[in-house]
Amino acid sequence: MNLKQIMGVCVFVFIVLIAVPWAIAQSGRWDFYYTLTSVALLSIASAGVWLTFYIGRINIGQGAYALAGGYVSAILVMKADMNFWLTIPLAGLFCALLSVFIGLPILRLRGVYFAMVTLVLTEVMRLAMLALPITNGAKGITSIPLPTELSIFGLTLIPDFSTLENPKLGFYLMAVSLMILCYAVLWRIVNSRLGHLCRSLQQNEELSASIGVNTAYLRVIAYSISSFFGGIAGAMFVAISQSIYPSSFQVTDSVNFMLNCFLGGLGYVFGPMLGTLILYFGWDLLFTAGKYQLLIYSSMIILLILWLPNGILSLGLLNRKKGGT
Amino acid sequence: MSTILQVESLTKKYGGLIAVNDISFTVEHGEILSVIGPNGAGKSTLFKLISSFTRTTSGTVLFKGQRISNLSPHVVARMGVVRTFQETTIFRSMTVRENVVVAHHLRSKASLFGFFFGSSVARADEREFGQSADDIIEFLGLEAISHEVASNLPQGHLRALGMAIGLATNPAILLLDEPFAGMNHDETMRMVASVKRLKEERGVTVLLVEHDMAAVMKISDRIVVINFGQKIAEGSPAEIQANEKVIEAYLGSEDDAIGL
Repeated sequence: MNLKQIMGVCVFVFIVLIAVPWAIAQSGRWDFYYTLTSVALLSIASAGVWLTFYIGRINIGQGAYALAGGYVSAILVMKADMNFWLTIPLAGLFCALLSVFIGLPILRLRGVYFAMVTLVLTEVMRLAMLALPITNGAKGITSIPLPTELSIFGLTLIPDFSTLENPKLGFYLMAVSLMILCYAVLWRIVNSRLGHLCRSLQQNEELSASIGVNTAYLRVIAYSISSFFGGIAGAMFVAISQSIYPSSFQVTDSVNFMLNCFLGGLGYVFGPMLGTLILYFGWDLLFTAGKYQLLIYSSMIILLILWLPNGILSLGLLNRKKGGT
Repeated sequence: MSTILQVESLTKKYGGLIAVNDISFTVEHGEILSVIGPNGAGKSTLFKLISSFTRTTSGTVLFKGQRISNLSPHVVARMGVVRTFQETTIFRSMTVRENVVVAHHLRSKASLFGFFFGSSVARADEREFGQSADDIIEFLGLEAISHEVASNLPQGHLRALGMAIGLATNPAILLLDEPFAGMNHDETMRMVASVKRLKEERGVTVLLVEHDMAAVMKISDRIVVINFGQKIAEGSPAEIQANEKVIEAYLGSEDDAIGL
């Protein structure tokens, strides 16, 4: 990391952890917390999708893992009386393990075939959650308590959310911290040898195999990291909405996760974060257009993808080229 | 000389078509052996069988006495049998140097987690890969273009890059798939020189499949000729040039009008 990048990260952390809460407190728009928390969590799930893009697979099934992660967390909290914070990594690990079993057969597929199978995956997960006895069917799991205190050796790391004066702020800070952590991990993966090998897979799997890369193993590793992200995002969501239904994450959500990556830029680690922010706010802002909301929204996405096939972040690259530096 | 690679009655059938029929030969340590034959003779299939990119119907390939046929390509590569590709198969959006560095995967001592956390072993690996990549790039004379993105390179350079990627894995035997295809005379001569230096300076055994006769005659220690999936001759370049079966296969016999 060079100095400029470190400065950039510091500014970003300052903005999301201090400047944004301050601005919200000043303006009194408390509802923004919910929106921004959602953006943070959705961008974690999108980061996972982005990683599967990085090994050359179009993943439209992240909703399945978000849903599974949400249910794992909800069930552990409600039935096993477990501390919510402990259920986050467990939900992630569950999804990672699940994705190994699902990924082993389907990761052999490429291109549109893999995309189609993952598309079905979300729907399969929804139906599974409807049918399984432990998930309470269509009624879902409701009135999940707010996250309780997390302490190590009597030292309180995270206070009990029900005693908090402003749980919305608490959720926002938690979600944003988790997002920063996830993107730091993603950045590190991409810039380590693991990422270079993923890129080699994306570009040519035969050649990768010929230089001794265990392509099947690497694909599964990347996919399970991706699903881990989906799982923890889902688990956090459940804590905020305090409920989960089979319809909490649907095919549209899966498609949106993928669009976030496309829109932000597949070549940039922070692409999915920006994509999520723009897509989420774009949809909300178009609310005033009434029945034309979806029409305008989808036309704009099509135009954006045509005009900027490498994502919004590639705009900076264009400018730099024009500037001649 | 010791035998490094043994091909034993290798056969591959695609439905009713016999692409490779009962072919046997050996490759000695430190030699350049070429497999030649007219179009459709089964060269490419044979090549894929040896590098384990296709499963055999019957027969085996032994590397230093160990079976390598029907294993995964990456396992075979790890044992030291590495292939290059006929098409200009490279990592397109990486630079030349990145291509070669990433191809050092086999030599890494650190685990992927080590690389993730930047352990000292991993950092040492990275340094070593960088140096070795620069060596290979210099060896093949690619210094001038080492920071070009691979997709911008002309054919000749791509072929050399393919060989650089193969070399980066530190192979005991390098399998070259038509290294001279689509090259003009000068490029071919340069490539011939590179392959010879590969053998002389780096001690790499080379098995190549090719149909450019002139280049093969210059480069090979021994030649195996196949036609219609069968081995029809084996020997030194001079012996092959004088072999009647070979001449017949390439030029057709006098009373065979459609021989080519």
